[in-house]
Amino acid sequence: MPANVLLVDDEQGFVETLAKRVANRGLTVNTALSGQEALDFLDKDNSVDVVVMDVKMPGIDGIEALKRVKAAHPLVEIVMLTGHATVESAIEGMKSGAFDYLMKPCELDELLSKVNEAYDKKQAHETKILEARARHIVLRRGD
Amino acid sequence: MSDAIYYQGLVKSMMFIIILVSFAPLVIIVLIAGYQYSIVYEEKVEAHLRELVLKHDQSVDSYLEEKVAEIQVLSEVIDIESLADQSRLKELHDALVRWHGTAFVDLGLIDGRGIQVAYSGPYNLQGVDYADEAWLREVRERNVHVSDVGLGRRGVPHFTISLRLESKGREWFLRTTLDFIAFNRLVEDIHIGETGMAYIINRQAEFQTTPRRDMTGEIPFLRELVSDSNSAIAKGRASMTIQTNPATGRETIFVTSAIKDGDWILVYQQETADAYADLNRSRDLAVVVLLLGGVAIIVMAYLMSRRMARRIERADLDKESMNEQVIEAGKLASVGELAAGIAHEINNPVAIMVEEAGWIQDLLEEGLAEGDNDREVQRALNQIRTQGGRCKEITHKLLSFARKIDPTVKHFCLNELVHEIVALSEQRAKYANVVIETSLADNIPPLEASPSEMQQVFLNLVNNAIDAMDPGGGNLDIASRLDGNQVVVAITDTGCGIPRANLSRIFDPFFTTKPVGKGTGLGLSIIYGIINKMGGTISVNSAVDQGTTFTLRLPVGEVADSAACEVGGGDAA
Repeated sequence: MPANVLLVDDEQGFVETLAKRVANRGLTVNTALSGQEALDFLDKDNSVDVVVMDVKMPGIDGIEALKRVKAAHPLVEIVMLTGHATVESAIEGMKSGAFDYLMKPCELDELLSKVNEAYDKKQAHETKILEARARHIVLRRGD
Repeated sequence: MSDAIYYQGLVKSMMFIIILVSFAPLVIIVLIAGYQYSIVYEEKVEAHLRELVLKHDQSVDSYLEEKVAEIQVLSEVIDIESLADQSRLKELHDALVRWHGTAFVDLGLIDGRGIQVAYSGPYNLQGVDYADEAWLREVRERNVHVSDVGLGRRGVPHFTISLRLESKGREWFLRTTLDFIAFNRLVEDIHIGETGMAYIINRQAEFQTTPRRDMTGEIPFLRELVSDSNSAIAKGRASMTIQTNPATGRETIFVTSAIKDGDWILVYQQETADAYADLNRSRDLAVVVLLLGGVAIIVMAYLMSRRMARRIERADLDKESMNEQVIEAGKLASVGELAAGIAHEINNPVAIMVEEAGWIQDLLEEGLAEGDNDREVQRALNQIRTQGGRCKEITHKLLSFARKIDPTVKHFCLNELVHEIVALSEQRAKYANVVIETSLADNIPPLEASPSEMQQVFLNLVNNAIDAMDPGGGNLDIASRLDGNQVVVAITDTGCGIPRANLSRIFDPFFTTKPVGKGTGLGLSIIYGIINKMGGTISVNSAVDQGTTFTLRLPVGEVADSAACEVGGGDAA
């Protein structure tokens, strides 16, 4: 099953074109134009695996949105996009739990490979959690 | 021009201070020391002169007393008969001459009627009748008489000692003539300086000794000087007066001492200038030294203050060019602050273009015939063109600003400038969640200042305001209005405010509350400098957590074409 991706950026042109290209490569794509919109979307739809998000946005900025997403949906992986002047905030984002960051503008292949890595990680996490749950159930039954 | 006047004033005041400081102690020392020295010196000279006169009046008195005593001894030891005998008298006189030198010139005995009965001496005076002479009357009264100096019968200056003797009811007079030259020598030797000399006069100011120079012209003055028989001059010993001598017209010191029971007066006189010659010489020397020193001080003070003023002028010039560099640096710093926003702003269209290009590639791989791929490529290319235009706009905005600061004063329109700054800061404000509002009056006349410096001022203030509202955002309000002949611009933010403690320091250079490396602390001080230079004022009002208002009051330039601005403002909008 391909990854379900949420693209977040305040530039509508950017998000739309990128969404088309990503969708063209077989991934499920949704878009949001601000941090708040992304949070709302995630609250409604918990099928999203990876969020690709710009660091610098008006309103709730990338880092703040990242923290909130991580708090509400810990398993969702986030890839940050940044201009070079904000590398520092990207690092800050990594500290706050982002999966990785990419310089904007970026190659689509690079973006997709990062998204896939993040997706793999998420799946590994989920598998681990399932295993732990199963073990828990087995242990309980053994009582 | 006004600078030249300022530096000339500086030279003058420096020179004045240097001269004052160097002259004051010099003059004070010269005056005090000179005064003290002259007092001491004058006292010394006076004391010396008094001493001299005292010594000599004593010696004159004792000379006379001695001679009188000697004659008195003769008169008591030798009887009248022997004295009346011509040959005995001659023997006696010879003995006197032998033992007393030439002091006793002659010796004579006169009987009660005034006839000289016996005489021994160089003149033939035997039998001369002295009955009507003044001295005979005197000696009858006082028994002893020392006469004044006179020419007498022999036509040579001389004076005599006469004694009244009594023998067997008859009265006799023993009379001797004293050597005038020996007597004269007693006072003649007193000779100090050019004009110092001594002489003896009687109450009528007749000379009893020969003065060293002709003094006939001074007799009336001397008579007046000694005539008051009760005055200190006539009575006292070594009394001193300083008077103008009418004969010479010069101030003269007179030291007088009464001798011979007040009949005669020993006078020592010396011109003041001569007596104090050494003092005057050292005074002249001091004056010369003072004058030369003064000239040296003035010349040095002038040269030194001129050199200092020139150095200050050079330092001022250096400072000015340094200021320009600081403003330049400050401007670059504020542009740098904008850079983050600008980079993002440029990055966005670039990212879109890259994505659109990638999309076109994707579509081409699919083939243009598929679906409406043809139209999709058209749309993508349009999008690329639009985004390219956006990039161009951004770079132009930045370029117009990052140009080198030009301090040339020009007419410019404030509202236009504000619009420019707002456009430049828009992106940054957007990401900081700041809403910029402008309420600009339409009737603002053109201002006279350097436009690039004013850009700097507004960019800095707007940057600061956005910084102050950093997390959380807020409203930034820029308002301009005309107030008399001043344009008032208020820049109000709803940021964190400035604590009261910092309020007085915000315009100081290098004062910053930002962490090291984030701010230079130069922004507001540069603004202050620029506004001051154009004759305006800047003030600040702030409440913590409420916000801050910076108010600029800028003078309106000589009114050019006020309509020009409205048109310009219209263009910008």
